Amino acid sequence: MNVNLALPMLTLFPAFGVIALLVLRGDDHVFIRRMALAVSAIEFALSLFLLPQVPVGSTGYRLEINVPWITSPPIHLHMGVDGLSLFLVLLTTFLTPISVLASWNSIQHRVKDFFVALLMLEVGVVGVFVSLDLFLFFLFWEIMLIPMALLIGIWGHERRIYAAVKFVLYTMAGSALMLVGILWLYNATGSFDLVEIQRQLQAGIVELSPRTEMLLFLAFFVAFAIKVPLFPLHTWLPDAHVEAPTAGSVILAGVLLKMGTYGMMRFCLPLFPHASYKAAPYVATLAIIGIIYGALVALVQPNLKKLVAYSSVSHLGFVVLGIFSFTVVGMQGAIYQMIAHGISTGALFLLVGMLYDRRHTFEISQYGGLATPMPRLAAFFLFAALSSLGLPMLNGFVGEYLVLLGTYIVHWQWAAWAATGVILSACYLLWAYQRVFFGEVTVEKNKTLPDASERERFILATMSIVILWMGIGSSYITHRTEKAAEAAHEHMQQWDVGAAPAPANGNVVTLERSSNR
Amino acid sequence: MSFQTPATEDFYRVLPELIWCGFGVLLMLLQPFTKNRPFFTAVAFVGASLGALSAFESAQHPGAGFFALIQIDTFSIFLHLLVGGVAALVVLAAGPYLKRENLDPAEFFALVLFATAGMGVLSSAQELLTAFIGLEMSSIASYVLAGYRRDTLKSSESALKYFLLGSFATAFFLYGIALVYGATGTTTLTLMQDAPATSNLLRLGLALILIGLGFKVAAAPFQIWTPDVYEGAPTPVTALFSAGPKAAAFALLLRIFATVPAATQYWFWAFWILAVLTMFAGNLGALVQTNVKRLLAYSSIAHAGYILVAFAAVTNMDAADKNLGAVPAYTAVLFYLLSYALVKVGAFTIVSQLGGKDEKYVTLDDYAGLSQRHPVAAAALSLFLLSLLGLPVTAGFFGKFYVFKAAVNSGLIWLAVLMALNSVIGAYYYLKVIVAMYMREPHDAVKDAPVAFPATVNIVLVLSALGTVYFGLFPNQVLRLLLEKTLIGGLK
Repeated sequence: MNVNLALPMLTLFPAFGVIALLVLRGDDHVFIRRMALAVSAIEFALSLFLLPQVPVGSTGYRLEINVPWITSPPIHLHMGVDGLSLFLVLLTTFLTPISVLASWNSIQHRVKDFFVALLMLEVGVVGVFVSLDLFLFFLFWEIMLIPMALLIGIWGHERRIYAAVKFVLYTMAGSALMLVGILWLYNATGSFDLVEIQRQLQAGIVELSPRTEMLLFLAFFVAFAIKVPLFPLHTWLPDAHVEAPTAGSVILAGVLLKMGTYGMMRFCLPLFPHASYKAAPYVATLAIIGIIYGALVALVQPNLKKLVAYSSVSHLGFVVLGIFSFTVVGMQGAIYQMIAHGISTGALFLLVGMLYDRRHTFEISQYGGLATPMPRLAAFFLFAALSSLGLPMLNGFVGEYLVLLGTYIVHWQWAAWAATGVILSACYLLWAYQRVFFGEVTVEKNKTLPDASERERFILATMSIVILWMGIGSSYITHRTEKAAEAAHEHMQQWDVGAAPAPANGNVVTLERSSNR
Repeated sequence: MSFQTPATEDFYRVLPELIWCGFGVLLMLLQPFTKNRPFFTAVAFVGASLGALSAFESAQHPGAGFFALIQIDTFSIFLHLLVGGVAALVVLAAGPYLKRENLDPAEFFALVLFATAGMGVLSSAQELLTAFIGLEMSSIASYVLAGYRRDTLKSSESALKYFLLGSFATAFFLYGIALVYGATGTTTLTLMQDAPATSNLLRLGLALILIGLGFKVAAAPFQIWTPDVYEGAPTPVTALFSAGPKAAAFALLLRIFATVPAATQYWFWAFWILAVLTMFAGNLGALVQTNVKRLLAYSSIAHAGYILVAFAAVTNMDAADKNLGAVPAYTAVLFYLLSYALVKVGAFTIVSQLGGKDEKYVTLDDYAGLSQRHPVAAAALSLFLLSLLGLPVTAGFFGKFYVFKAAVNSGLIWLAVLMALNSVIGAYYYLKVIVAMYMREPHDAVKDAPVAFPATVNIVLVLSALGTVYFGLFPNQVLRLLLEKTLIGGLK
């Protein structure tokens, strides 16, 4: 039994901030903002201490804590980080102070509640990434729903309530089935512990019949696919994004979507390798449809924020494709793309939010020629757009390249189709940029718009530095994620995927009694 | 049959019932002498909680009492504590309500205590006629309570409906007892262990009993009365209805189907179908409600369905792995009842306070912007609704979780999936209330309506909210208590 309080403390630290916010002066908005910023900045600083804990080449989970919480059924407070979750945690803790800063002036209504929700969201998301107990994971997965729904529903735009409810219902639909899946697994293995379940499945102590495995895989996968979102399940995303306030969009695109792809890598692949293998062609097809469809819809969007939202559908398709290529390179690319997308799309949403703060519209037709009144904002926008469309030297390129490379090794057709998404992303982003920033200022009001303020410049400069650093120093991240990707990959090979699982000496667990009773 | 005097121990076994009835009578006797409302509330609260606490004393005398008419086991102690606790909370919440509506407190509290005593009898009864007496005790008091606001049309309608349909259901129950007696020659459950499972008479009898109790727990297709009765009854009474009698009726049902093997083997499909019907009837009905009271009424139908899922799990157990799976399934039912009672009492208490005089403000529109008018009430109601929805860190989550687990354990994957789908439907209408409270602006009429939360009501809210969170974090305590003891006396 390991007792290392680092991760629980890291997870719960924003919650202490929430309590402080609730107890302390509620009417002083400046104080609340500063408090929230301080809490989230300290959280980020704390999370940086995780970096040396996961050195290059380290395998397994670090900073593990494993103490019993509920005895029956055996639920443990089991947390740990590895190369996969490390950077997602960092991404979360990085984007939260950015979001606080981005909401500095735009949130004037129920300020305290806003920052309370934002910090609670951080608790939930960090918890999801560090939990190694399925039950604990599910718990955080559900907890994070409420603050996000509130963020969209209270501080969002016109159709905010519709969007908030849709978001919650979609996620709940997936997670309810996942809960059944978790219990099914528990029933077969007697444990909620990811490591333990994985050990039992790997050692053949518990064998799942192919049909059971496929059903279990689907129970988890659908929940994750809704979150990603994978193509036919994506319809909640544009609504949620367009209606959410800027901070909500940044967190939603930046980290919430990654919870889905993280879940696929952490749970679907290691626990159900055969089913993953069998499902891979279908998943990849949906991912490729998502890449192209998302890009095409983004191309014709008159609404700038929706455009960025659909670009997320497209980019996340790459992540799923990389994961289901089952190659080390592809998986590493997927992890990298998760982080990169969080930063560059986060930056785009911040920029769109800044435009909205000035003009209160997302319609591209309302803009045009903005580079004249606001050259700095235009420059930052171009930088973020270029990183999102995958310009070499910037972060978007690395992820997409690795994914395509990894996919090409096994299925060149998949890579060929997916590559069209890269081209399309250049089309929609540059075209949108041209319509918004270049040419003559068409709307009179736009002539006097102020350029980026000091606060905005700080936010954007920080994002740009990270974008650039990730593009140039990508090996810093890839070295640390390598082992995680290799572990998942080896695991697939070790199971000799492709061959039908032999009904070996172990007892094959079938839990389908109910259907024929 | 020679007449024997019951052992002294037996009186300890019914101590809670004695106290509840005693205080009920006391309240009625005191009525002519004083009009002091807080005094009556205090007496009734002391009675209800003393009765509940005395269950610990009866726990010192486990076993069958009164010639095996009742059985004191962990199961019955737990339910005594539950219904007694619910009664105590309802008494506290009802004090200010009765004052606001200018209703007489003494009779009201006496009826609550009598009803509670009936539920107590139901939860320890091991003999069908004793159970019938308990059922009648709680039902008749309930009929009167439903119509307690007698000058309002809705309340009278509620009482009449409840009475007519309720007595009909009781008749079914009684007829069922008669048939079971005809088939087995006894009404004592423990003596039916060897009853032939093939007897059609027994099956019919049990089916009628199931119908009678199905009515009490509001299981579809016997649920039609629920929304109207819940809506019309005074809100504290609704709180009592949704928590107490339901728990007691489920307790009896569980005891019957746990003790009589002839029943367990054949009623799996009955429970399966009942569960599915009830879940869908409740959830789909709730979707279109705009009155919060009715919405919560439909939600309580849905929750009866979730509990029935655990029943299906109980009856699906093969005899061989009964010890393995059934006991956790019983535990799941009990934990669910506990979490559900806490939440429903809390939620209805808030509804009752927000209603204002004559319960005017009970629609979703009236709840709009509550988070600005009364943030604490909005937060508390949200907590309760989230618990009903089954979100983590609330007792409701673990309630649902254990039922899920019981269902998956006994191989009822599809039932678990249906239940999961239903929780998603449920999410929609619970969210509707939260959305109204947090994301809409209040309309003018309610803006100035005073929202009073007197001290006693606050105590109820704090207790139920703390309980909801506590059992949402540490469900262990309850479970350990239930798992380590012999759960049901007749069950080995």
